[in-house]
Parts: sequence; structure tokens; C-alpha cells
Amino acid sequence: MDNFVLLLLLLVPLIVAIPLTMVKQSNPAKWLAFIASIVVLGLTIQLLIAFVPDASIQFEEKFSWIPALGIQFHIGVDGISLPLVLLTNALIPLILLSTFRKTYKGNFYALVLFMQTGLLLVFTALDAFLFYVGWELALIPIYFICGLWGGQNKARITLKFFIYTFSGSLLMLIAIIYLYTQVPTADYEWRSFYELALDGKTQGYIFWAFFIAFAIKMPLFPFHTWQPDTYVVAPTTGTMLLSGIMLKMGVYGLIRWLLPIAPLGVNQYGGIALTLAIIGIIYASIVAFKQQDIKRLVAYSSIAHVGLIAAGVFVWNIQSLQGAMLQMINHGINVIGLFFVIELIYRQAETQDMQSLGGIAKPAPKLAIAFLIIVLGAIGLPLTNGFIGEFLLLIGVYQAGIWPAVFAGLTIILGAVYMLRMYQGVMLGEINQKTADFKDVSGVDLLVLGVILVLIIAIGIYPKPLLHISEAAVTQLIEQVKFN
Amino acid sequence: MTGLIWIVLLPLIGFVVNGLGRNVWSKTVVSLVGCGTVLASFLLSCNVFSMVYAARKVGEQASFSHTVFEWISAGSLHVNLSFLVDPLSAVMLLIITGIGFLIHLYSTAYMKHDKGFAKFFAYLNLFIFFMLLLVLGSNYVVMFIGWEGVGLCSYLLIGFWYHRIDYAAAAKKAFVMNRIGDLGFLLAIFLLFYNFGSLEFSAVLPKAATMVQGDTTLLLISLLLFVAATGKSAQIPLFTWLPDAMAGPTPVSALIHAATMVTAGIYLIARSNILFTLSPVTMEVVAIIGLATALLAAFIAVTQNDIKKVLAYSTVSQLGYMFLGLGVGAFTGAFFHVITHAFFKALLFLGAGSVIHAMSNEQDMRAMGGLKKKLPVTFLTMFIGTVAIAGIPPLAGFFSKDEILAHAFIQSKALWIGGFIGALFTAFYMFRMLFLTFYGKFRGTFEQEKHVHESPMAMTVPLMILAILSVIGGGLNLPEALGGSTALAQFLAPVFADSVALSEGFHLAHTTEFLLMGVSALAAIVMAIYAYVLYVRKAIVPGADHEKRKGLAQLSYHKFYIDEWYHAMITKPLNNLSTFCFKILDKKVIDGLVNYIGNGATRAGNVIRLLQQGNIGFYIFCMVIGIIALLAYGLYIV
Repeated sequence: MDNFVLLLLLLVPLIVAIPLTMVKQSNPAKWLAFIASIVVLGLTIQLLIAFVPDASIQFEEKFSWIPALGIQFHIGVDGISLPLVLLTNALIPLILLSTFRKTYKGNFYALVLFMQTGLLLVFTALDAFLFYVGWELALIPIYFICGLWGGQNKARITLKFFIYTFSGSLLMLIAIIYLYTQVPTADYEWRSFYELALDGKTQGYIFWAFFIAFAIKMPLFPFHTWQPDTYVVAPTTGTMLLSGIMLKMGVYGLIRWLLPIAPLGVNQYGGIALTLAIIGIIYASIVAFKQQDIKRLVAYSSIAHVGLIAAGVFVWNIQSLQGAMLQMINHGINVIGLFFVIELIYRQAETQDMQSLGGIAKPAPKLAIAFLIIVLGAIGLPLTNGFIGEFLLLIGVYQAGIWPAVFAGLTIILGAVYMLRMYQGVMLGEINQKTADFKDVSGVDLLVLGVILVLIIAIGIYPKPLLHISEAAVTQLIEQVKFN
Repeated sequence: MTGLIWIVLLPLIGFVVNGLGRNVWSKTVVSLVGCGTVLASFLLSCNVFSMVYAARKVGEQASFSHTVFEWISAGSLHVNLSFLVDPLSAVMLLIITGIGFLIHLYSTAYMKHDKGFAKFFAYLNLFIFFMLLLVLGSNYVVMFIGWEGVGLCSYLLIGFWYHRIDYAAAAKKAFVMNRIGDLGFLLAIFLLFYNFGSLEFSAVLPKAATMVQGDTTLLLISLLLFVAATGKSAQIPLFTWLPDAMAGPTPVSALIHAATMVTAGIYLIARSNILFTLSPVTMEVVAIIGLATALLAAFIAVTQNDIKKVLAYSTVSQLGYMFLGLGVGAFTGAFFHVITHAFFKALLFLGAGSVIHAMSNEQDMRAMGGLKKKLPVTFLTMFIGTVAIAGIPPLAGFFSKDEILAHAFIQSKALWIGGFIGALFTAFYMFRMLFLTFYGKFRGTFEQEKHVHESPMAMTVPLMILAILSVIGGGLNLPEALGGSTALAQFLAPVFADSVALSEGFHLAHTTEFLLMGVSALAAIVMAIYAYVLYVRKAIVPGADHEKRKGLAQLSYHKFYIDEWYHAMITKPLNNLSTFCFKILDKKVIDGLVNYIGNGATRAGNVIRLLQQGNIGFYIFCMVIGIIALLAYGLYIV
């Protein structure tokens, strides 16, 4: 059984997606999708139980796929990919639940599940070509989700998003193909790529090709301008998928592919990447200060938070990488929580403009409490998940020097400024026309928020199990890949 | 030390019970849960304290630690959730749970008519929980949990009446200013970790004691810790949040913004005293900032008319004294002042709350007056509090302030003079407050006058207890010059042992000490009389808000325009930068460049888009089938 769990994980969403495309009624569609996602989550938990937290690749499966080109269907998980598999499969059911009061049809849910397969392929692929396939597969459904169910200007904005990220990944494809030509055994195996000892100049090119692809995806400053617009026009489900899971593809790509393959490139340009990441933290935070549209505000905050994660990756030590691993999960949980609250507000107040909101805490105390806890998680208050991640990241970044730590650390001040401003603008103050008849969160929506809150606090109090999954793998990776 | 966990957990349980059942429980149940958990915690604390006391009696170090579980680990970094009880934290335990209980009790009456009754008690219990974590943590990170946690509770309670947007703004201001300090704390933690390999007090502090004086790492660490302290304990330049924090209900001001949370900065430095003793530069900075804050705040307090604002600035000023004490190496003295200040300032705030309660929520002293007869218990207890804070013997404040000033005198005459001038102001503004409130004619409305009544027992009993403590509190550490035994100093000795060993010791001739005491006591009495002359004899009532004041009075009344200055220098430029970054840099420059580069691709994309106007389901269907076919090709055919 264990042998096929991983393959099953990939196939279940894909197979369920097929009949889903034809389901025209909303209710059967959402239930079918939800049950499928729960099955996948169950399988993931099984995987988690069977997983031995050492540095090895487990549940590996390898089939020849396109032998003429040396392409193999090679998947497996280790301590670095498993947390992301877990993140994906835990968030998808929540994301699906969050749509239960909407009337999407089967095609919408089919796209979500389809995307799940793409994401899982990215996180489990051990063949670079397969990784690339997953990378693009995940993009197509999200493009449709945003482009078809999005808000104003959706066509123009999602097209830009598509082209921007797509051109980034083309650069990556070129790099992958080049690396393939250098492999003596003519394959796309990750190990073969790791073992290539290319000269510094070539690794420099490889670095930029991968880096730009990943930087666009996350996105990192200054490759971020597609993101706020896309997050704002996308339907909430799309925003959640993009921010909660998809952007982790970029971070994962850095850890799994870029840094081990092009260490000499990192030696030359890693400092630039680190600098960009830290600039992004401060820049995005400052831009977030004055945003009136709360969805856009959270979009910018996400750039800041991801900037810190990326900084942690480029600093490359056990604390910063463990922090990055954990913070990827935390960010996923917190950001879908934030976008869900925004969605709940929008459903009733029909606005996400801070100036027309205010005072919602009075008619909706449960929502206010949930929102507050999520905000606290996002600004890294101790005993929430965000603190553990930020603490490890910052203590790791400190190894690059006190100034990087000071500038990156500004996030704890700036984050408090814009997040509490948002909280105040939405929840506190007097109620107005738009918010007077606000109904408190209930039923399935409350369930979604409840799960998110439990996760935020549980990880904040006892992060060890999650840290434990990745510790051995991260330690070994750092041993293997050293800079300077 | 199993009881230790319950000391911390009980208030947390109270928070959860009252928080979840806030719409279910009656006010009686809420009060019982809220007060009961803290009382139980207090009793357990007494037990722990007596253990520590007994151990100290026989000359032991009296330091007990207890690890609950390993919290964070990554590589060589291991952070345990663990507790440390030693003389320092044992005293703090008593203050937090003891005064905490009294204030809980007081709140059952004070908050009786508030709709958020249960919520209030839930927050208070949560605060006690975090404050206990802060003082019980056996390492800097657990301390930091408490440190930020009390900041959160402060945020929640300042903004308790959140429908008032200015209150909500005050809450946010407090949180953000505290966070500036917190970054300093975090950076100090990082430095400690990389230089000492651990964050446990028991590993860091003994190791630090072996380092040389003036070590640059220690200098940096101690300065960063002091930055943290300026945020939490409202010192220059991060003090402006505390006066605004008076937006919270008065019991909150007493508990959080006077007796406990704001002294966390002093606790932090007292705990890390060796790091500071080895950094003379930091010590000087601490002393100067402390004194400057003490003077500035005292000077502002002189012209304030809101009874809570007077007390708020007074708190800032008294905290300044504590830092002055720390800076001149009077660690015991500073901590002594933490204790006595907790007594008399909690008393004064609760007394002010009693007045406000009686005056139908009036806080402006110009509309009070003549309440002496109507609120006899409140008056008498507040009178005691005023005498205590003014530094008139034999009440508590005299002894603790004297100890700080005596040490300052040894260090530098200038510091002593500054501290002395501050003491003059303190005596004046406190008696001004007392006289404006309780003496003269009643100046409120007829409605208010009709309603004026002494507060119920639940409020007056805490006042009386605190008044007694304010009277006898000085006995905790009677100076040798007066034939005392300096009991507190003896008790705390192991905590400050390394620092004391390094310093030249406290050498002051008894005659000099008597002289200093006499001068400051006399001066305080003179200032009290001066205030009496002005506000009782001449019955002066401060002018209206808009009235133009003379020179320094104008500056004092408008708090030196510091908030305005911060707004112009920091807030506004940042907001402008934000607008610039968003509208110009982001939209025009960066995105403009992206669009420019992408234009070619966009045109191509427009063509492709024409193909995408059919049935969506069909497309997805094709896609899925395509993928499966591709997979199948690999899996079966080959």
C-alpha cells in the first residue's frame, strides 16, 4: 500500500476532476470535490504516519515516461517536500469548504482539484522535466479560475499574470534543458543535476534563469507587480490557492533546485537575492501602510512575508531554513484565513474598502475574534504559529550580519502597523450603514475559521512535530550544499 | 515545583472559561471565575514564596527551575518552555497575583454596568497569565512570550471601548511603540544566542560575569535590552503611548499601566543586571534617560487637568526614577521602588477610579473639588497614596526613592540634583491633584453632585489594603542608616551578587545620608504646602483648554508637542513614502517597465485568447484526459 500512496495522492484529484467537469449542480459538485479532498488528506496522513523523519527520499516511484528523451516519471518525498504536500492537502479541503455558501458548478471544482494534482506534482517530482510539467499544470487551472470567476478587469489582469509567470518559467525550461544536455547519463534526474559540477559562469546563468522563474512566482520584489492586481481580481478561492499554496512552489524551487544545482551561482549572486528579499519586506510593508482596499493590503503583506522566507532561504543555515519550512506552512494557513475573513466581509458589506467599513466587531464578535487571532498570527505574536517561523527566520538571518537582521526585523514593527490599522478600520470604531446589519459568522464558515484558529495556536504552542519532519533533511542538505 | 505550573495555568483557565462563556455565565459566575483563579494563583504564589524565603533564610541561592517541554529547536538552538523561581521572580509573583487579585476584586464593582463585563475579566486573566510567563520564564524567549503577550492584553484593554475610534487608535499606538522596543529585545536575543550559545539565564548570566568590563558585545546587548525596556516601560523616546493608554478602564490603568506591565523593563534589566554592570556606557545611558524621563514627565504632570493623565505622567516619571536607580547600580533600590510604586500607584489609580465612578465618569479635575466629605474612604486612602509617592517619611515611597537618590548622589551630584528637582515636582503635582479633587467647593454639575456617593466595599477594601501597604511598605528594606536591616537587599542578594562584587559598594557616611533624607523630605513637605496655598487657600482652578498659557506652562500643558513632533517627523513622511511607493514606484516605474517589456507578449496573448471562448467544461475535460493519456503513455505502453 505504502508504495502507491504517493501515486494515489496525485491521481485521486485528477480522476475525480473528470466527472466533476460535467456536474452542473452546485451541491453535488462541492460535496464530490470535498470528499475527494478529504480522501487525499486521509492518504496524506497515512503518508505522514509511515514517514520516517530522516533525510532519505521515501515512497519513491519511478517509471520510464518518455524514454527517448530520458524523461522519467519519478516522484518521492523527503522532509523538505512532505510539509508542502501536507500543506497542499490540508488547505484544499479548507479552501473547498470556504466555498460552500457559493454556487460554483462542477467545472470550478474540477479546476481546483486539477490544480491540486499540479501542485503535488511540483512538490514530489524528482525529475526536473516532471517538475516543469507540474509547474505549468498548476498554472493553467488557476488562470481559468481567476480569468472566469474574477472581478473587474479580470481578463487583462489574469492574462498579464499568466504571461508574466509563464515567461519566467520558460527561462527555467531553457535552464533545465541545458542542464539535461550536460548530464552524462542524459536524464533529468535531480541527483544527476546535483552532481553536475559546472563552471561558475554557467552556474551564474543557471542561477538567474531559475531565480527569475521562482522570484516571479512568489513573488519577490521587484517581480511582484502582477500579484496585487491578480489577488484583488481573483475570486477568493483563487487568491487562496495562489497565496496559500502556489507561491510556495517558488520557495520550494529555491530549496530543492536552485541552490543545490547552482551553488557557485549563489556564491556570486546570492547576496543580490538576499538584498532584494529584504528590500521587498520593507517596501511591501510600506506600500501596505496606506492601502484602503483590504484585499490589496493583504496582498502586499504577503509580499513582505514571503520576502522574509526567501531571505531565510538565501541565508542558508539550519535555523533560517527550518524557519522557512515552517513559515511556508504558517503563511499558508494565515493568509487563507485573512482572505477568507475578507471574503466573509465582502459577502455582506459588498465592499473591501476600509473607509466604508468599521465597527463590525459589535454585530459580529466571533468574526472579530477570529480575525484578530489570524492577524496576530500574521504579525508573529508569541504562541501563534507566525512567531515560531519569524523567530527562526530572523535568528537565521542574523548569521548574515546584524544589519540584515535589523532590516528584516523591521517586519515585526511595520507588520503591526498595517495589520492593526486594517483591523481597526474594519472591526473597530462605530458601525455604519454598511456594517450595521452585519451577521456574525456561523455554520460551515465558522468551521473553516475554527480549524484555522486551532492550527494557528497549536503550531504556536507546539511546533516540534512539524519542525521534526524537515529537520534531518534540511540538516543534510546544508551539509551537502555549502557556500563560500 | 508542580504548583508552579498551576500558578500560570489558573489565570489562563479563567480566561478560557470566561472568554468562551461570556454570553452564558452570569456576572456572579464571571466574577467568581475571574477573581477566584487569580486568588488561587496568589495563594500558590505565597506557598512558592515561602519556600524561596525559607531557602534564603538558611543562606541558599534559592533558585528553582522547572522545564515543561522543549518548545523550539533547530540545530544548536534549543528553547524550552521552562520556569525559574528565584528571589526576584518570587517577589514579582506576589505583586502580580496579589495586586492583580485586588484589582480583579475592585473591577467586579467598577465594571458592573459594562456590557463587556465577562470580556473584561477574560482579558484581565489573560494579562495575569502573560505577566506570570514574563517573570517566570527561565530564558529570554519565554520572557519574550510574556513580554509581547502583556502588550497584546494592553492593546485589547486600552481599546476595550473600541467603538471610540480614538481609543482604538491609542491601543494601536501602544502596540506599535512597544513593538519598536520588541525588535530591540529580539536582536538582543540573537546576539545572546550567538555569543553564549544559549538563552537560559542560568547559562548566559554566569558566563557573562566572567567577561571583561566594557566588552563591545555586552555593550550592544545591554543597549538593545534597554531599547526594549524603553518601549515597555515608557521611557524617552517611546513613552508617549502610556498617557494615551488611559483610554482603557481605570482598573486596567492601575494593574497594567502602573503596577505590573510597565515595570517589566526594570525587571528585564534587574534580571540581566550583570550584562549592564559590565557595560558602564549603557549604565550611563540608562541613568540619563531615566532621569530625563522622570523630569520631563513630572514637568508635564504639573499642568494636566485630567486626573488619570496626571497619574499617567506620574507613572512615566516614577519609572524614570527606577531606571535612574538601575543606571547608578542601585538594583535593589530600583526594584524596591517597583514594589512600593506598585502599592501606591495602584492605590492612586483605583482611588481615581473611585472618584470617576462617583462623578459619573467625569475625569476633569476642574469639574471636581470638595469630595473629601462625600468620599471619605477614597479621600483618606488617596491621601495616604499621595503622601507615599511624594516621598514624605515614614511612608513607602520615601524609603525606596531615598535609596535611589542616595546611590545617584554617590555616582554624581548632578544626577542627585536632577532627581531632587523631580521629587519637588512630584510632591507638587500630586498634592495639586489631591487638593483639586477633594478640597474646595464642588465644581461639577448639579446632576453629578446628586449622584456622588462613596464606592461599594468591593472597591474600597482594595483601596484600604493598598493604603496599608503604602504605609508599611517601606519597612521591607529599611536603610542601615536608620537602623534597618535592608531585608529586601538580603533576600535578593543572589540575584545581584555578581554585580555587587564588581561595584565599589555603597559607601556613604550616615550623616550625609541623614542630610540627604532630611533635605528631600523637607522639600516634599514644602512643595505640599505650596500646593496647599495655591489650590486650597487661593482656590485656584486651572484655566480652560483653549486658554493661552505662559511660556513653560504652555509647553508643559501641551506635553512639549512631542506627539505633534513625532507625527511630523515620522508618521507623515512614512505615509507620504507609502503613497509615493504605491502610486509612482510600484504602478508607474516597476509595473511600467514590466508592461513595456511584456507588450509584445501581450499582443501575442490577445491572439491566443480568441481560441478560448468555448465551453469551459470541455476545455478542462480535454486537459485532464490529455494529462492522463500522457501519463498512461509512460506507464503502460513503454
